[in-house]
Parts: sequence; C-alpha cells; structure tokens
Amino acid sequence: MATMTIGTKTLALDADGNLANMNDWNEEVARELAVQEGITELTPQHWAVINFMRQVFAKEGDAPSIRRLTKESGVDTKTLYQLFPKGPAKKAAKIAGLPKPKGCI
Amino acid sequence: MAEAIEKVSIIISRGSLEGVYPGLIMANGARMEGIEASLFFTFFGLDAVIKRRMNNLKVATVGNPGMHIPTLIGALPGMSSFATRMMKKEMEKLDIPPVGEFLTMIHDTGAPMYACRATVDMFHLTKDDFCPEVDGIISVGQFYEMAAGGQIIFT
Repeated sequence: MATMTIGTKTLALDADGNLANMNDWNEEVARELAVQEGITELTPQHWAVINFMRQVFAKEGDAPSIRRLTKESGVDTKTLYQLFPKGPAKKAAKIAGLPKPKGCI
Repeated sequence: MAEAIEKVSIIISRGSLEGVYPGLIMANGARMEGIEASLFFTFFGLDAVIKRRMNNLKVATVGNPGMHIPTLIGALPGMSSFATRMMKKEMEKLDIPPVGEFLTMIHDTGAPMYACRATVDMFHLTKDDFCPEVDGIISVGQFYEMAAGGQIIFT
C-alpha cells in the first residue's frame, strides 16, 4: 500500500492516492496534500470548501457534488475552478483527506 | 496505462430531454476531471440553448422504445409532460440541475459553448435567441479547428 510521510508520521493512502483513513487528516496534512496538487497556499476560501466537504462526508459518507458545493459552501463554480484548478471536486476531496467523490455531477 | 484524455468537444444534436442531458453530464464530468471541454449545439440540440425553450424540453414518449410503453399510449395527451415531470424529479434527487442552471454551471467551469451556423441560418435564429452562455455561432469548419487535438463526442 502506498504511504506518505509527514514529519515523523507515515500515513496510508488508497489506490487513488487519497488518505486511506480520514482520521489521519489534520491541517498540516492538508497543506502537504495541497502542495502535492500544486496549490502552494491554502486561503480562507480553500478552507471553507475543505471544511464543507469534510462536514458533508462525515454526515453522508460521500463528498458533495459540484452543484452542492457551489450552492452551500458559499464559493461559486468559477471561483471553485480557480481555487482548485483542473478538477475541484477531486482535488478538494484529496486535500480534505477524503476518498475520490463517487457522484457524476 | 493508456494515455489520459485531455480534451473533448461534445456535439449535442437532439432536442429531447434525454437527448440533451447526456452531453451536458459528459461535459460537466470532463471539467470535474480537469479535462478541457467545449459544447457544440446543432439541429434540434439548439433548443437547449434557446432561452424560451431550454427549460421546457420534453422526454420523447413516442418512437422511444426505451420508455417501454406502447407507442399509442405514449401518444396520449399529457404523456410526454408526465414522463418529463417524473424524470426531472428523479434527476433533482441526483443533484442534476435544470437545463438553464446546468448550462451556467458548465460554462462557469470554463467550458465554451457554440451554436451551429448552418442550423441558426436554417431556423432563422439570431444571437438574441440564445442564452448568454453561448459564446458564438460558428461553422463546422471552425468547430473542427477548435476540436483539434482532442476527442469529438457526438450525442
């Protein structure tokens, strides 16, 4: 199984390279995952999306759709694509320590 | 591993609800994966971007074996509206937006949208008939130029 190392800790990853266990996640891990995705700095808007995704996942077992992200996180679609270029749902889920979203929308 | 798809140009040529949605879902899905996407609306597919029509698209209940109802029953007044209502309800549950909202969403992801020049001329339409998401009216030749280097998906 693939792993990533943060400080002295080794964290397990799933087949997509996302954290295998969402409880391994913390803000430092998020920052490291963001850098891997080419995002050097996480702004408050990034955090709004990441926290919203974690909330929804904890309640419903899947990450929210882009439509729901847009409607409920307070970050519109255009901004979402600027914050997480090349695939916001997938990237934000990864940085949030969640598995890749299952939905199509 | 096979080479990843980096760009798709999706043609929407049909004007029924079930004719329009697959292309929209494919376009949105492409953008979600970080794939470059554009949409080209032609023939009755143009209805999806004509302001006065886009939110009134109907499911075809006649000549559509996929509905699994006899054609004569499908032809009864109100059947198409009924089937459309049912399908829209199911789509809403899956968080699939109405056509107008979906187009805005897809356009906001950075996917350009075009209307087919030949169809626009044939139906005597103008830019004003279209929703603001339509970036231009282009010829088939221009479409192929823009599609260069990517995959073309015809729906």
